Amino acid sequence: MIDKQATKRKNLISLIAVLAFLALVLALDQIIKPTSRMYMLLTVLQKGSVYALAAVSMNLLNGFTGLFSLGHAGFMLIGAYTYAIFSIPSDARDTVYQYFDAAVRISFPELLGNALGGFGTALGVLISVLLAGLVAAVFAYLIGLPVLRLKSDYLAIATLGFAEIIRAIFQWKKLGPVTNGSNLLKNFARCSTFKLELGGTTLSLSTFVPVLIATVCIAVIVLLVNSTYGRAFKAIRDDEVAAEAMGINLARHKMLSFCTSCFFAGVSGASMAMVLSIAQANNFKSAMTYEILLMVVLGGIGSISGSVIGAMLFISASEWWLRGLDSGTFLGINAPDVFRNGFRLVVFSIIIMIVVLFFRKGIMGDRELPEVLGNLLRRHASKPAVKEAQGNE
Amino acid sequence: MSEKKNVLRLDNITMQFGGVVAVDDLSMEVNEGEIVALIGPNGAGKTTAFNAITGVYEPTNGMVSFLGAPVVRNHPQGKMKKQYKGSNAEKFASDPVLNPTPDKLTALGMARTFQNIRLWKTQSVFDNVLIAKHMLRTSNFFSATFRGNRAEEEKQREEVLELLKIVGLEDVQHELATSLPYGKQRRLEIARALATKPKLLMLDEPAAGMNPQETDELTAFIGRIRSEFNMTILLIEHHMDLVMDISDRIYVIDFGKLIANGTPEVIQNDQRVIDAYLGVEDDA
Repeated sequence: MIDKQATKRKNLISLIAVLAFLALVLALDQIIKPTSRMYMLLTVLQKGSVYALAAVSMNLLNGFTGLFSLGHAGFMLIGAYTYAIFSIPSDARDTVYQYFDAAVRISFPELLGNALGGFGTALGVLISVLLAGLVAAVFAYLIGLPVLRLKSDYLAIATLGFAEIIRAIFQWKKLGPVTNGSNLLKNFARCSTFKLELGGTTLSLSTFVPVLIATVCIAVIVLLVNSTYGRAFKAIRDDEVAAEAMGINLARHKMLSFCTSCFFAGVSGASMAMVLSIAQANNFKSAMTYEILLMVVLGGIGSISGSVIGAMLFISASEWWLRGLDSGTFLGINAPDVFRNGFRLVVFSIIIMIVVLFFRKGIMGDRELPEVLGNLLRRHASKPAVKEAQGNE
Repeated sequence: MSEKKNVLRLDNITMQFGGVVAVDDLSMEVNEGEIVALIGPNGAGKTTAFNAITGVYEPTNGMVSFLGAPVVRNHPQGKMKKQYKGSNAEKFASDPVLNPTPDKLTALGMARTFQNIRLWKTQSVFDNVLIAKHMLRTSNFFSATFRGNRAEEEKQREEVLELLKIVGLEDVQHELATSLPYGKQRRLEIARALATKPKLLMLDEPAAGMNPQETDELTAFIGRIRSEFNMTILLIEHHMDLVMDISDRIYVIDFGKLIANGTPEVIQNDQRVIDAYLGVEDDA
């Protein structure tokens, strides 16, 4: 009984914390102007939330189900393209598909926006995002049929190969009417255009939307991981033979995990297209998968909050804190001969090596943030009590 | 014995790896409420037989029936047709092949433990048993994720707690499964198997690596499980004390072949069993 109440309280606190965070992001979105020096914070939040979702979805597969897959960039690509194709407004279509005759002539945000107004546009964006996830999941299902029979390294190699094949196919000229060949897709509904009119004042939502998408999706993944299916996934990770002997259908559950993970990878791809305002197959190289894998490892394999922290730290470092290493001045030291293009990556690699060598389990290990914070608080609370006891002696 | 219901029945099970016949023409049956032991010296093919029953291996030839219906069936095919060294190659040739994965057999009511304990290492004692309940769920993926299955989850948690009380592990339920002492890990594995609500419990060397005192405790424990759950049990064992104490009937195999079967008294006095275990002096 006490247990139940404690869990309820914990869940409530987590919920309040998440809502407070969302409110804070919404406020920052209004306060920080594009000219401000702190604007970088918004960029980091936008990109960070995209990568956080990608990292968490990869963690669901690699960390919770024990399927080592390296196909994430491919599924994000599918998501980004699906979103872009289905949200390019009709008057922009011909300028985007310069060399081809566009085959897809539906734009959900425009279609619903015309019918229902501003709310319809939002609904249209939502439908496009969900469609992006679904298409990625369908591809995952088809790829999973042959590939999920493989184990560990073999699975990683096969999925990596598929991701590269997907990238090549999307750049194929024959598919130009759909994917615009190797040219980029642009002019679709994107973050910088998201606004909310509320009684005369206009709220900018350019950071809030990607953060909201990531928050909702990660919340769903948390629910999934703690459900009976999530427990079955963990059982498969810990011992496949025992899981199968206890009546867990391996093929079915692996496929479920794979498709779910790729669904959210697709959503994060869509949200990346929104943030960057473009979708181009060339951006989704296997290097992106490695970056995401790095975030997962950095944060701790098997920890969702770890993946989020890992993604945010990675993006902050590469986009913001270490930027000076590339542009001449870092920490007030002006040395254009040393701090020039590419030096950032050198420093970055060294930091990563240090983390991997000395924090092998990542920042969080397999624990979650509420648990860690709870332990910290308890230790803090018990310290004064100890001192008092000593004082009494 | 015909008045008792047949739970498990093996017909001419043969398991051949390449040129080695690990289990040769093994036929046996386990009736409702019985404790039946399968014994034999090292390398006799006990665990292989076990794996052929539970779907881990596909037997080369033969049929396994569970609760009166055939669940596993095979006959030598392809390359094996030429290589096959066992008998009764034609007996099942016209019957369709049945080769279910282990989870399908567990769903029918066969639950097993492992010789080298296979608990889920990162999970707590409670969760280890709870995960085994996953098989009995009625909720689908979405209703489970969005907590549409609260009532079922609640019921399963209560059942798990009940089960942990019966096996005497409720005081360590929050601990990591692998932090338990060896004997308790064994008990947890049995509890996990029982959580799937099986009709037949199959124990693969439950006393392996145990000292005499732990073995005695385990013997009492298995007896209690039988009476409490009215369970039918098939066990593989090395420890003669345990086998002789609790088994109703014993099958003895040596080099894959069945050499004797009967009550413990019969087995104890069977010359072939004694020879198999102690060896026969060769007249050189």
